[in-house]
Amino acid sequence: MDTILDLQQVSKIYKSGDRSLTVLDNINFSITAGSTMSIVGPSGSGKTTLLGLCAGLDRATSGNVELHGTRLNGLSEDQLAAVRNQYVGFIFQNFQLLPTLTALENVMVPLELRGEKNIKPRALDLLDKVGLGERSHHYPTQLSGGEQQRVSLARAFSNKPQILFADEPTGNLDAETSEKVVKLLFDLNKEAGTTLVLVTHDLELAAKTQRIIRIKGGKLVE
Amino acid sequence: MNNINFRWLLQMAWRDSRKNRSRLFLFVSSIILGIAALVAIYSLGDNLRLNIDNQAATLIGADLALYSGKPVEGKAKALVDSLGKIRSEERSFASMVYFAKSGGNRLAQVKALDGDFPYYGKFETIPVSAEKTFRNGQQALVDQTLMLQYQAKVGDSIKIGNVTFAIAGILEKAPGSTGLTSTVAPSVYIPMRYLTQTGLMQKGSRVAYRYYYLFPKTTDVEKLAKRLEPRFEAGDLDYKTIQSQKEDTGRSFRDLTRFLALVGFVALLLGCIGVASAIHIYIREKLNSIAILRCLGVKASQAFLIYLIQIVGIGVIGSVLGAILGTTIQQFLPIVIKDFLPFELTTDISWLAIGQGLAIGVLISILFALPPLVSIRKVSPLNVLRVSLDSLKNDRDPLTWLLYGLIVLFVFGFSFLQMRTWIEALIFTASILASFVILYATASLLMWLVRKFFPTSWSYLWRQGLANLYRPNNQTAILVVSIGLGTALVCTLFFVQTILLDRVKLSSSGNQPNIVLFDIQESQKEAVLALAKAQHVPVNQNVAIVNMRLEEVNGKTAADFEGDTTAEQSRRIFGREYRVTFRDSLSSSEKLTKGQWKGTYKPADGLIPISLEEGFADRSRIKLGDTLVFNVQGTMMNTTVTSFREVNWGEVQTNFLVIFPTGVLEEAPQFHVMLTHVPDPQTSAVFQRAIVRQFPNISIIDLALVLRVLDDIFNKIGFVIRFMAGFSILTGLIVLIASVLISKYQRLQESVLLRTLGASRKQIFAITALEYFFLGALAALTGILLSLAGSWLLAKFSFEAEFRPEVLPVIVIFLFVSMMTVFIGLINSRGILYRPPLEVLRQDV
Repeated sequence: MDTILDLQQVSKIYKSGDRSLTVLDNINFSITAGSTMSIVGPSGSGKTTLLGLCAGLDRATSGNVELHGTRLNGLSEDQLAAVRNQYVGFIFQNFQLLPTLTALENVMVPLELRGEKNIKPRALDLLDKVGLGERSHHYPTQLSGGEQQRVSLARAFSNKPQILFADEPTGNLDAETSEKVVKLLFDLNKEAGTTLVLVTHDLELAAKTQRIIRIKGGKLVE
Repeated sequence: MNNINFRWLLQMAWRDSRKNRSRLFLFVSSIILGIAALVAIYSLGDNLRLNIDNQAATLIGADLALYSGKPVEGKAKALVDSLGKIRSEERSFASMVYFAKSGGNRLAQVKALDGDFPYYGKFETIPVSAEKTFRNGQQALVDQTLMLQYQAKVGDSIKIGNVTFAIAGILEKAPGSTGLTSTVAPSVYIPMRYLTQTGLMQKGSRVAYRYYYLFPKTTDVEKLAKRLEPRFEAGDLDYKTIQSQKEDTGRSFRDLTRFLALVGFVALLLGCIGVASAIHIYIREKLNSIAILRCLGVKASQAFLIYLIQIVGIGVIGSVLGAILGTTIQQFLPIVIKDFLPFELTTDISWLAIGQGLAIGVLISILFALPPLVSIRKVSPLNVLRVSLDSLKNDRDPLTWLLYGLIVLFVFGFSFLQMRTWIEALIFTASILASFVILYATASLLMWLVRKFFPTSWSYLWRQGLANLYRPNNQTAILVVSIGLGTALVCTLFFVQTILLDRVKLSSSGNQPNIVLFDIQESQKEAVLALAKAQHVPVNQNVAIVNMRLEEVNGKTAADFEGDTTAEQSRRIFGREYRVTFRDSLSSSEKLTKGQWKGTYKPADGLIPISLEEGFADRSRIKLGDTLVFNVQGTMMNTTVTSFREVNWGEVQTNFLVIFPTGVLEEAPQFHVMLTHVPDPQTSAVFQRAIVRQFPNISIIDLALVLRVLDDIFNKIGFVIRFMAGFSILTGLIVLIASVLISKYQRLQESVLLRTLGASRKQIFAITALEYFFLGALAALTGILLSLAGSWLLAKFSFEAEFRPEVLPVIVIFLFVSMMTVFIGLINSRGILYRPPLEVLRQDV
């Protein structure tokens, strides 16, 4: 199987005046395309920073991150944006929908950015799949947390990403809603054959993925 | 960028603005008034230019007009006679006009006319036929101001000098006259053939000689005038053609519209600061949306463009609304300034002015919005994971500094276009800049002081209100700058008005002379003094005046200066008549600035020491020690300049450019000027009537009347300035409302949290009120102090007047601004007070 994400000796160090703080220290791992994986660890362990590096939202201080065969280190901000739009999908703990856009428009944005045509039926279809076909013209504030996360799911899959990063996707949801959202996430993922990288401290959720890597104090412990 | 992409950016800009349109409109409203002011003024300027072009011929009334301040004789007379067959001659001078029926009399501009002038336009008279008939007999056209003042009717009699004229008609308008000229110096036209009989053409009388010509259509008057210019100059004749009249009139009104445009520009700048501060906070709130877009693959430049499109959009909307408002206002401007205009002003829509307004509006809104906008480029997609406001810190971005530089350059460029001098434009720009720096520094200092000396012993509510001034994401600096600048502007306008009005009041108060008699012949002096004594009118001053001409400067005559382009002096100084006095000491309105004052002269002293007014000496390039030869009725006086004087022309005094010492001119032909103070209008009327009856050649200036006229003029000018300042004041209020409204969104979360924690409505109310009070009070105080300093500088260096600010209005302005801030702040926070916290929390967008 092809490797879609490969990290070699990746470190992230924040500098504040004379002091420096090593958040990630010499991280090495890779993921094969189509697989699912969780990054788990306690709060402050560096999980989110690692996700940011993997998804091209931030740059490593040293080491090499390769996403879908592209080395991210040398890319400009705009090139990184193009990579994200092309290959990456996101789901966030606090949903991160654009508040001034309707549910449908939120789902359409990644496709519009790619300059694709006739995208409305596809976006509506995705909203249907997450059970929100009837709510397509509602704004995020008119939706519940669970509904917002489902729109977020539809948006994440809209551009048929090669890899999906989910940051604590159920962190802001109650148990029942969480369960529905997780099922939807895995169903859609399976259907699209997308690689899934999940960041969570919920071990039960992590267990649903094929592989788990643990992180503690900025180091990979397993 | 391809079309699809740009369309998408437009679409995104539109979508993103959805829930913010009312706020965006609020940003826009700050610039509407500024643009309206500019469009109105530019339209006025355009219409003035258009009307001047169309009506220039009626402004001068002829193809060519020649002017001289002395009788036209010799070669000059031959030139005047040879120029054209169709010509008119006019002699004008100031004289008392006595209204037989009412017994009133007033100094007027008497114009003796011979010929069919005006050739273009006409005298507007009631009845219309009077324009022609007054020329046929012993009749006069009398200005409507005089007719109204003395309740005279057509057919009544007036006496000018020794001749009684019947009033043929009321003069409503003469070519080139304005409502203002008729208030200041109302005209009376009489036929020239009665001039000698009036007995007013005596030696020393100040008469202006004018010749008006009508040429055949084929004559190129401009060319003719250019060709004859050296001969006009040699004969001390000034000339005007329709073209030069056009240029002169255009120039003076250009100055007016430029000044007004500058006042309008201040309103616009204030609005732009409002826009900039609003956009700053707007972008801060949009941080998360921008980060999400970046996450989804939007390039930094695209994100930047989405918001730039919004700004351009609101800039265009604001400018269009401003242009519509400005064009509407322009329809009313002629009413405001009609008394200053020598012609009818039409108010056509000026598309050029609208275009200029739109361009400036869009440009300036983009320019001021760019510094906060460029920070969008730095928004990291990582913000979706953890929000950091650091990405909005622009201090180290060289582009931001470049933009600040561009803004300063724009302000300088615009003010230069209005003022046309580098130095004034620099001072204007520097003052605006300094105000910003001072206000910003004050705000920063306050935040630092509050933090450093935080009053821990105060009650919780006071502490919370105060702490809000320096908490993260505070708006102290922005609000202090915008509210402070608005206050400073309004206060300065108020103070300047007070300074100007104080000056006028000062000259009309106390025992200052209020009646001036001039043209008193030597033979009449004793009789006038006796009359004054008999009527118990004290004579404060009695000054002898000798008329003379300048013949030589340092051995060179007017002829030597002709054609000598390297000469320092202008040959103009030879053409005029000098009214000179002699005395042995300086008057209270004079100060010696250079050289040595010599008050007496003995023939043994050699050259006669004279003193010149320093401004006149400077304009004429005359230095201390220069030798001047004056011609007093044929007798040459060899003089040397030994001193310069600074003269306060503002005082009611007889002041002179040239002063001789005693011992020289005592026997020379002279006339006298007397200054008196009459205690009441009754005494004044009786005294004036007696003087005019006994001495018809003596002219009287009634300062009470002059002051009334001045007051009228000040009211008219004051109205124009207040009208323009109104734009700034209103803009200031809108900026205040916008600033407070946008800060509402930040306070919302905090107040809701406090309410959730159990704070009562009253407590939230008190915290909010206190915070806005601290903000408003500080901004108002800084603005007032700034304006006091500015007004003091203006008073000292520009108006050369004393500055005594009134305390009460200052306190009123302070309280008004502080309370207004609190009021607007509370009005906009009422949502937090009266709605359940959850509802507010859910509507956090």
